[in-house]
Amino acid sequence: MLEVKSVSKDWKEFRLREISFDVSEGEHFIILGPSGAGKTVLLEIIAGIIEPDAGSVLLNGEDITHWPPERRGLAYIPQNYALFPHMSVFDNIAFGLRLRKLPKADVERKVREIAEVLGIAHLLHRKPKTLSGGESQRVAIARALVVEPELLLMDEPFANLDVQTRGKLINEMKRWKRELGFTALHVTHSFEEAVSLGDRVGVMLDGRLVQVGSVREVFSRPSSEEVARFLGFENIIEGTAEGRVLRSNGVEIELPAEARGRVRVGLRPEDIILSLEPIRTSARNEFKALVESVEELGPLVRIHLRIGGLHLRAFITRSSMLEMGITKGREVYVSFKASALHVF
Amino acid sequence: MGTRHDYTLYFFAAIGSFLVVYIALPLLVILAKQASDFDMLLRALHDAYVIEALRNSLLTATATALIALLFGVPLGYVLARKEFPGKSLVQALVDVPIVIPHSVVGIMLLVTFSSAILDSYTGIIAAMLFVSAPFTINAARDGFLAVDEGLEHVARTLGASRLRAFFSVALPMAFPAIASGAIMTWARAISEVGAILIVAYYPKTAQVLVMEYFNNYGLRASRPISVILIVMSLTVFVILRWLVGRKANA
Repeated sequence: MLEVKSVSKDWKEFRLREISFDVSEGEHFIILGPSGAGKTVLLEIIAGIIEPDAGSVLLNGEDITHWPPERRGLAYIPQNYALFPHMSVFDNIAFGLRLRKLPKADVERKVREIAEVLGIAHLLHRKPKTLSGGESQRVAIARALVVEPELLLMDEPFANLDVQTRGKLINEMKRWKRELGFTALHVTHSFEEAVSLGDRVGVMLDGRLVQVGSVREVFSRPSSEEVARFLGFENIIEGTAEGRVLRSNGVEIELPAEARGRVRVGLRPEDIILSLEPIRTSARNEFKALVESVEELGPLVRIHLRIGGLHLRAFITRSSMLEMGITKGREVYVSFKASALHVF
Repeated sequence: MGTRHDYTLYFFAAIGSFLVVYIALPLLVILAKQASDFDMLLRALHDAYVIEALRNSLLTATATALIALLFGVPLGYVLARKEFPGKSLVQALVDVPIVIPHSVVGIMLLVTFSSAILDSYTGIIAAMLFVSAPFTINAARDGFLAVDEGLEHVARTLGASRLRAFFSVALPMAFPAIASGAIMTWARAISEVGAILIVAYYPKTAQVLVMEYFNNYGLRASRPISVILIVMSLTVFVILRWLVGRKANA
């Protein structure tokens, strides 16, 4: 649906280099990168606010690189939400509809419908400056979605929210996506958002899109050292949950809380304990694993492990590696607490 | 602040109050003196010549403020939103009228436009506009600079053209700043004498009439018109400022 082809741009201190990717209909595509990577510039190029120096942007096969923003039919939510402070919440949401010259009754109905879905129907008469961060974000999303855009562009939509609100809104975002069925391109520096919401992820470092793929693929097989370092070597396990059991590649893992359906869990490499003999405690997940390779990183070593079809990475100190005699091809026991798992 | 030994602020306040008194004192004195000479004030108010001059002052100052808005707001918007070669030159040029003596402004205008502006309403407005337009331009520029450009970007992605985004987002938000600038322009215009004396002595404006009465009949004769001009200007100034302030806080 959206195709970005070799887009380059020098803009202030940002250097975008040959960015190419595509977003398909109904997808939630996440561009993940540290701040300063040029993510906002890329979004603004797609929105039509900045023109690229080279490359093109295609929407449904049509070259829109030089179209003004108002012709593109994309909705853009900047990081600060950019609610119009001189208008009520209702007028903010109605803004795009009124530009489309919809009859007054339709505007009223559509605004109320979307406000209902987003849980802001009680705020319609308020001015934006009286809203909390979470409320502002909902209003911004309502204002963008009410015009039924081809694509929703979101710049760090959860970055300005406190931890609790963020968690709640990320979950709600999944529901809104199901109910309203939009396509989203979302830039963020947060792994949590990427793993929770992303269908596919593009990792952006230093103005280059260095890896694009499904969330699991990117997190489990970083294409380069640089991506791996940025991602923090998190183990992402994807599987089907039933109650407190997660099944992934033939392995059963105990979860810290009940869950259902397809879920992804994260496990930090330093939370994995390796041993030569099984440790018998009921609270642990324990598996027999094969050491695939050993990577020396100074005082720490990274051990690549395989449990059936599941790949994990663990950190141990160099001295414990030598003490246990861990080498490639050796069988070890892997254990981790259920509470070390982060369910996204 | 708040400590018992913080005498610096008191000291500064004492020094600074000199200027406050210096500005307030002549205002109070002239009003007080005129109050004791009420007959002269009534006579001035019934003098058709005076009324005509006051009317001229009000009309030309108001026209000047409107013209400054018409041209100054678009210019202020461009200066706020666009980088272009020669921008700093344009910025500097806008401030030039403030540093040129107003009699010189009159000479310059007369040399340039000669009989087209000599002794006409056009001439009065031309002189006023030259010296007072910078207030509107600068206020509009600062007003637009204070509006997050992201708001206009969002308006455009929602389907608004650049012009539409300007009218529905940038202009309403910058309105209080622009209005303050226009009020300053109006105030500066109605207090202009130097350039008007040279360009358009006639039709007579109240500010010029004050001078004429002073030269011909002395202090006592020129005082009532001065007082009327003070009261009128201050009243309009205060009301407009109050209206704008109310709108800004709404």
